[in-house]
Amino acid sequence: MLELKNISFSVSDEGSPLEIIDNVSLNLDDGKFLVITGPNGGGKSTLAKLIMGIEKPTSGKIIFDGRDITGLDITERAKLGIGYAFQQPPRFKGLTVHKLLSLAHGSDLPEDECCAYLTNVGLCSRDYLNREVDSSLSGGEVKRIEIATLMARKLRLAIYDEPEAGIDLWSFNMLVESFRSMNKGFGSVIIISHQERIMKLADEMAVIANGKIRERGTLDEIFPHLMGEFDEGCNFRGERQ
Amino acid sequence: MITKTDEQILEAVADLHGIPAGAYNIRRNGEGIGRRSTENIIITPKSDKPGIDIEIKPGTKNESVHIPVILSESGMNDLVYNDFYIGEGADVLIVAGCGIHNCGDQKSQHDGIHTFHINKNARVRYVEKHYGEGEGTGARILNPQTVVEMEEGSFCEMEMVQIKGVDSTVRDTVAHLKANARLVILEKLMTHANQTARSNMEVNLDGENSSAQIISRSVAKDSSTQVFYPRAVGNNLCKAHVQCDSIIMDSAHIRSIPEISANHNLAQIVHEAAIGRINNDQLLKLMTLGMTSEQAEEIIIQCFLK
Repeated sequence: MLELKNISFSVSDEGSPLEIIDNVSLNLDDGKFLVITGPNGGGKSTLAKLIMGIEKPTSGKIIFDGRDITGLDITERAKLGIGYAFQQPPRFKGLTVHKLLSLAHGSDLPEDECCAYLTNVGLCSRDYLNREVDSSLSGGEVKRIEIATLMARKLRLAIYDEPEAGIDLWSFNMLVESFRSMNKGFGSVIIISHQERIMKLADEMAVIANGKIRERGTLDEIFPHLMGEFDEGCNFRGERQ
Repeated sequence: MITKTDEQILEAVADLHGIPAGAYNIRRNGEGIGRRSTENIIITPKSDKPGIDIEIKPGTKNESVHIPVILSESGMNDLVYNDFYIGEGADVLIVAGCGIHNCGDQKSQHDGIHTFHINKNARVRYVEKHYGEGEGTGARILNPQTVVEMEEGSFCEMEMVQIKGVDSTVRDTVAHLKANARLVILEKLMTHANQTARSNMEVNLDGENSSAQIISRSVAKDSSTQVFYPRAVGNNLCKAHVQCDSIIMDSAHIRSIPEISANHNLAQIVHEAAIGRINNDQLLKLMTLGMTSEQAEEIIIQCFLK
C-alpha cells in the first residue's frame, strides 16, 4: 500500500546540501504495523513528514495504493486517508477537544464516541471535552489528544511520531493496549518509537540512522539485534555498546 | 413591520429569530419599533434625550432583556442613551447589539451610550455584538460608550464582539468596582479591508477584594488597524488580570498597550499582551486532517474569536 522509491531529502547547510534522508526505499503492505526506530536526528520524523507531504522529497517517488502521490499536497494526501500525529502537536486558543476530534472525524462526533477515543489514550473524557487545546493543557495531555485525533479518523495509513513522549506510565499502558487493538483494524500503521513495548507490537521494523535504513525486517528478525541498545527505561538509544 | 434585512441583522447581533421572549426594545433608524416590559423588567423611554431606562427589580432571576439596534437607512446618525438599573440580588442576561445595513453612499453611524448601575450582589451577563453589511460605499461607524458602576458583591460579565463589516469604531469602557465586586470583560474584534478600531478601557478597582479580568482577542486582516488600550487601576486590596491577544494578517497594523497601575500596596495586577501571525504548525495540523490552508485559517480564526 505504501512504497517509497529512492527517497532523498536534503536541506541547504551554509550553501552546501545536507542529506537528511539518503536514498531510502521502503515497502509497507496493507494491514501491517511498522515501527521505525533509530537514534535521534537520524531522519525518522523527516521520513514521516515526507509521507504526509509536510516536506517534499528532493528526489524519489512515493506510491500509495498504487498511485504516485509525490506531487500531492498535505490536504490531498489527508483525503486519501493518510494521517500524521505530530511529535510536538500545536496548541489552539479557543478550539475545544470536542471540536478538534470532530474536525478530525470530518463531522460532529457524538460525545460518547469522543469519550471512547479519549479513554483509549488515558484521558478522563468528561473533564476534557469542553477544554481548549491551549496552553492550559500539559504537554502530555496535548500529546494524548493528538493521538486521539488520529484514532478518530478512518485512515488507510496512520503515522504516529513518538507517541510515548511526555506520557506517564499509567497512560502509556493504555496507549500500548490501544495500539495493540488498532493493529487488528483497518489500514496500516507506522509508529516512530524508541520504546521497547511499542516495538513489540510491530509486524515489521525499520532502523533508520544517518538518513539511511540500517536494518529492515520482521520484529523477530530485527529486535534481537537491538538488544543492548536500550537504556534502563526501555528506550532505544541506537548506539551499540 | 420587521423586514427581511431586519431579521438578518437581529440574528447576527442578538441571535434572535423573531421577537424575543421576555423584555425587549427594538430600535430601528432612530425609532423604537417594538417594546415589551415584564413584571420585573420595566423599559421606559427617556423624556429628555433619545434612549431608554431599563429597570430590573431586585431579586429578578433568570430573566433576559434584548435591546438590539438596526440601522438600515444610509446617512443615519443615531445617538442613544440607555441606562440600566439592576436591582439588588437580581441575576439577568442583557443582550444589546447593533447591526448596520448600508446600501447607500452616506455614512451610517450609531453611538450607543450604555450606563449600568449594578446594585449589591446582583449578577449581570451582558452580550453586545456589532456587525455591518451592505453593498453601499457609505461608511458604517459604531462608537459605543459603556459605563459600569458596580456595588458591593456584584458580578458582571461583558462579552463585547465586533463580528465584521464595521468600518470605524472607537469603544470606550469605564468601570468602577466597589468591595467584592467582580468584572469580567471579554472583547472580541475582527477588522478587515481598511477598517479602524480603537478600544479604550479603564477599570477602577476601588473596593476591597474587588477583582477584574479583561481578555481582549482580535484578528486584523488586510490593511486594517487596531489599537487596544485597556487599563486596570488598583485602588485597594484587589486583583486584576489584563490580557490582549491578537492575530495579525496581511498588511494589518495592531497596537496593544495594556496599562496597569496601583495606588495601594495590596493591589495585585498583571498584564500580558501578544501579537503574532497564525502559527504554521497549526495550519499544517489542520491540513493533515484534510482541510485546505484557507479552511484551516478560517477555523483557527473562528475558534480564536469564539
